[in-house]
Amino acid sequence: MNVHAKPDFDPVAARGDFEILSRSVYGKPLVYLDSAASAQKPRAVLDAMTHFATSEYANVHRGVHYLSAAATGRYEAARETVRRFVGAAHADEIVFTKGGTEAINLVAQSYLAPRIEPGDEIVLTVMEHHSNIVPWHFLRERHGAVLRWVDVGDDGALAADAVDAAIGPRTKLVAIAHMSNVLGTVAPLKEIVARARAKGVPVIADGCQGAVHEILDMRDLDIDFYVLTGHKLYGPTGIGALYGKRAHLKSMRPFNGGGEMIREVTRDTISYADPPARFEAGTPPIIEAVGLAAALDYLGALDRHSVASHEQALLAHATTEIERLNWARIIGNAPNKGAILSFEAEGMHAHDLATILDREGVAVRAGHHCAQPLMERFGVASTTRASFALYNTYADVETLVAALHKARKILG
Amino acid sequence: MDESLRELYQEVILDHSRHPRHFGALVDATHKGEGHNPLCGDRVKVYLHVDGEGRISDVSFEGKGCAISQASASLMTDLVKGRPVEEAEKLTGSFLQLVKGGDAEGLKGDDRERLDVMAGVSAFPMRVKCATLAWHTMMSALEGGESANGI
Repeated sequence: MNVHAKPDFDPVAARGDFEILSRSVYGKPLVYLDSAASAQKPRAVLDAMTHFATSEYANVHRGVHYLSAAATGRYEAARETVRRFVGAAHADEIVFTKGGTEAINLVAQSYLAPRIEPGDEIVLTVMEHHSNIVPWHFLRERHGAVLRWVDVGDDGALAADAVDAAIGPRTKLVAIAHMSNVLGTVAPLKEIVARARAKGVPVIADGCQGAVHEILDMRDLDIDFYVLTGHKLYGPTGIGALYGKRAHLKSMRPFNGGGEMIREVTRDTISYADPPARFEAGTPPIIEAVGLAAALDYLGALDRHSVASHEQALLAHATTEIERLNWARIIGNAPNKGAILSFEAEGMHAHDLATILDREGVAVRAGHHCAQPLMERFGVASTTRASFALYNTYADVETLVAALHKARKILG
Repeated sequence: MDESLRELYQEVILDHSRHPRHFGALVDATHKGEGHNPLCGDRVKVYLHVDGEGRISDVSFEGKGCAISQASASLMTDLVKGRPVEEAEKLTGSFLQLVKGGDAEGLKGDDRERLDVMAGVSAFPMRVKCATLAWHTMMSALEGGESANGI
């Protein structure tokens, strides 16, 4: 008997939900392998945003009129949807931000900056995206924090032991990517959190990639902060979310000042609203929040284990095919990795390669992927990256490989 | 094959990128500059020796990059070597027009013939910066600046 209530995942049927995938570029059918940069949006997300904007839209938490109440209801319902998606205990532990970057900066400025004395340490890994590096560099520059870097293995794997070893008596935070946007490496987050917790050190995970491919449970992870962004989760741009433990959020001073985040303002004093409003100064991305909730509902209606298996199957197939080319080298072969494949091709610069693939309709990312310390670690200036999403198929992998052969013919 | 791709990656360009001319540091450089393409992380260094009469008596470059940036840098060194700084500046202006799809009217004769191979770049707007990086870097070196962003 099938214990899953949901039917198995059908990627070909799912493609029908993403109108853009049926277009062509340069006369070739689009093969979109750049979802790790930004995912395409299903019709359900766009419809939800349009419907909301055309029937229930107004500013939130302000007016007393009908639409304001309706919009506030939808906005807060979106928060509840995010809470469910990440498995948090309370909806007030979810702060809406304009994206993952803002969420990390919020933690850096509001949580960590006041706790940093010169010489205090922040532990991070070489596989971080710049968005989980630069905010900590700010604390180095401005507050004298010391960045302690944890290396990955030559296969790109991250060991919890290595993170543990970097945590010392002056460590104030561990900042770590749940999934690398270049290597695909999935960090052993639960173990890292447990090790850090044993030493009394909080952990923030950058889940911009991880949230897309992994099933989240904040309560089980027992993590302090977790960051996600809407546009990689098949949702709109301009919205992300920070999960923070209630006690942490309550202890934090606001980052932006403005409307909606105060309790009372006088000429001489201010007092702040409770979280999450305290961190949502100004008019928030309301329509985007509704769109994000629709994206999470869309994912929630699928069997996410089947989606993950599908993406893993594509990754395995692409890995086998690219390994067969004796002129390409895959960077990142961690045992636990998500559907991201970075590689170097002999005698072909990533940008030349990506230009030729583009003319074959294949969209890949080429460059340093906002992960320069990682590029340095692997001794490359740039790589070509194919990333797989729920709507990709085996045929996409075949087209990629054929296009690679073509590039080799032109440039090799 | 796509005609514009054939145009972009024609044999002359591939040859320059595989066997760049005037590659390496110049020990007695009077001017040097470093250019950086933040899009891909590529870097290029341009060295010039300008003599007392304002002539570029020697020039070289080094760095790693895509075929377009390497070929463009290599062609540039071929063209500006032995010429007055003023001419190199004019040539740069014309080259920038050429790769952005302009008619580059100032480009004539042998210069036109040799640089026309780069005109195909204009069909690839995302790659224009690759082609212009070395030229911007040369200009910034001549102006006494230290870095350029290929913009």
